[in-house]
Amino acid sequence: MKRIAKDRLSQLFDRWSQGRPLYLPVSTPAGAELKPYQAGVTYCEALNTNRSAKDFFFPQTENMMDFKVEGKTIEVKEPVRPEEDFVLFGVRACDARSFELLDRVFLTDPVDSYYKARREHGVVVTVSCRRPAETCFCTAFGIDPAAPGGDLACWPEDDFLYFTPNTPAGEALLQSAADLLEEADEQQPEAGKQALRERLQKLPIRDLPLSSFSEDKLLELFNSEKWGPLAESCLGCGTCTFVCPTCQCYDIQDYDTGHGVRRFRCWDSCMYSEFTRCAHGNPRLTQKERFRQRFMHKLVYYPANNEGLFSCVGCGRCLAKCPVSMNIVKVAKALGGEES
Amino acid sequence: MQEAMKARAKELLQSGEVSRVLGWRRGEFAYDVTPAFFEDEAALEADFVYDAFCGANLSKYLIRTGRMEGRTLVFLKPCDTYSYNQLVKEHRVQPEKVYVIALACNGMADVEKIRAAGFDGPVGITEQGDDFVVQTLYDAAPLPREKALAERCLTCKSRLPVAGDETLGQPQGAGPLDRFAGVEALENSTAEERYEFWRGELSRCIRCNACRNVCPACSCEQCVFDNKKSGVANTAPADPFEENLFHIIRAFHVAGRCTDCGECSRVCPQHIPLHLLNRKFIKDINELYGPYQAGADTESRAPLTNFTEQDCEPGIVHERGVK
Ligand code: SF4
Ligand code: SF4
Ligand code: SF4
Ligand code: SF4
Repeated sequence: MKRIAKDRLSQLFDRWSQGRPLYLPVSTPAGAELKPYQAGVTYCEALNTNRSAKDFFFPQTENMMDFKVEGKTIEVKEPVRPEEDFVLFGVRACDARSFELLDRVFLTDPVDSYYKARREHGVVVTVSCRRPAETCFCTAFGIDPAAPGGDLACWPEDDFLYFTPNTPAGEALLQSAADLLEEADEQQPEAGKQALRERLQKLPIRDLPLSSFSEDKLLELFNSEKWGPLAESCLGCGTCTFVCPTCQCYDIQDYDTGHGVRRFRCWDSCMYSEFTRCAHGNPRLTQKERFRQRFMHKLVYYPANNEGLFSCVGCGRCLAKCPVSMNIVKVAKALGGEES
Repeated sequence: MQEAMKARAKELLQSGEVSRVLGWRRGEFAYDVTPAFFEDEAALEADFVYDAFCGANLSKYLIRTGRMEGRTLVFLKPCDTYSYNQLVKEHRVQPEKVYVIALACNGMADVEKIRAAGFDGPVGITEQGDDFVVQTLYDAAPLPREKALAERCLTCKSRLPVAGDETLGQPQGAGPLDRFAGVEALENSTAEERYEFWRGELSRCIRCNACRNVCPACSCEQCVFDNKKSGVANTAPADPFEENLFHIIRAFHVAGRCTDCGECSRVCPQHIPLHLLNRKFIKDINELYGPYQAGADTESRAPLTNFTEQDCEPGIVHERGVK
């Protein structure tokens, strides 16, 4: 285990940002956001970034190709592939898990080459949480914020950061700054980790009645009468889907540039009225069906296809951001019963 | 207040005067209340809540309840009554299908401000006299009311309801701060500074449409930005200036109809001060056409859809010039 004093962090960031961008949470008017590091930028220890870290692998918009039209010729231009190395520092345990959930979607056949390229070129450094928020419920999904995933995990204790590599890429990143780091005792962070685990035990929404969400109850859940009241105040905005680290739906659209067409993909939201529109109309007629889709996907469909893994990491963003404060916790409690 | 509201709601349900109640349902913590319909006394008893976190404006839901059987009882804060009037004026809400109880209000709290004041993990918040006591996961401490109040409540134009079949409480006063101060500061900056300001603020937009969907003035059945046939529909912008246009077009569309309810700024997950855009229009309308407040009544003609000989000439744009 290695460590570095917090007042020497800028040296570490200078090193890691040599020849490639390093993104880290900084304070902005919208809250903490992952921004490129440069001299003078200070690392913000706020719990979670306002937007999730998925943007770095699955950006909100991504150009796929340009069609340049001149007279009767159409030239097809492929954009530059996202093959730039980068380091993502300060990712929390919940967001780190979200990458694993996205991998199962984008890296299985047919592999999404854009996503794959970004995953291969990004090194993720996670940071443990010390003071979880009331909206945190990562432990419901078996995530341990005291031992976060990513390539390199980091534990903040007093004036130091302690590093434990999880992958060869993390090991290599650590090596690249070996001269800045000092050897540390494995036991040093243990008391703090214990204290964190005790805190997690006391979080108000740590337990959710998730055992009720299984594939064999699919139809029963789908047909539940509770969806109506749960969805009645939903605005059909895309806030919950766009802030969510595990939402993965996108649309491919064409933009008229005036002298051609830009084909790009962008995040889409099952909460939108246009989402399932097709030639005959829209099978999801009202907000109730759209709302149901989002939660059935996270709690039933995704786990049914992925060995029971839920497609939520308990980051709490949708709890904090929904304009009408309707969210996965309220849905899970209403449909799963209050048994826990 | 909450108990008085519940008691009135029960009476009106019992007498059959209303078929349902539109109010707020309590959440997991003190602050995460959800707009909700209550059909009977048991539901009211179980979940109905009214406190300093009932900021959500319920008036837009009345478009939907107009298509339901019977009348709907709705609780409206003073600012919400302006939205209600405007919806009635635009024939989006039929007043005969609604029973309005207007509420006295002395400002709603904003949990983001409470967090920003250093309260990590707020779970319980109680009112103590005029102020709050915030219970967090880690400790509890008092917080003066004005430190917790939402921006729109600090700059509230008037705390007197402008609609209502009846009123609960004793409405009085207005917000302590001038709502146009922010706009004036921008007006006094240079065109370049303003441009930079708005490009910067709007660059954070993730186009979640929460601002549009919550807005009582945005009541089109299908928004032009959702209509694939319109040619301008987009889920996300292909280039960043297009994003800015979404906001400019929306601001123009609600100009003269925006009541300054502040919902757009409240819901924006990216903390974009959208109210500044709308208040600029309100201020300009006041200056160019004489004082006007959208939603103050249900009859008067609005300056932008009316013509009088005193109206300013289009040349005003040049006269006022660019600073
Ligand atoms: S659940 Fe909330 S955030 Fe999601 S679409 Fe509905 S109103 Fe928007
Ligand atoms: S559903 Fe909500 S809590 Fe779960 S991962 Fe998405 S934003 Fe986070
Ligand atoms: S634009 Fe904003 S302030 Fe104006 S009516 Fe709509 S939500 Fe309210
Ligand atoms: S609510 Fe905010 S982020 Fe969402 S579309 Fe409106 S301005 Fe953009």
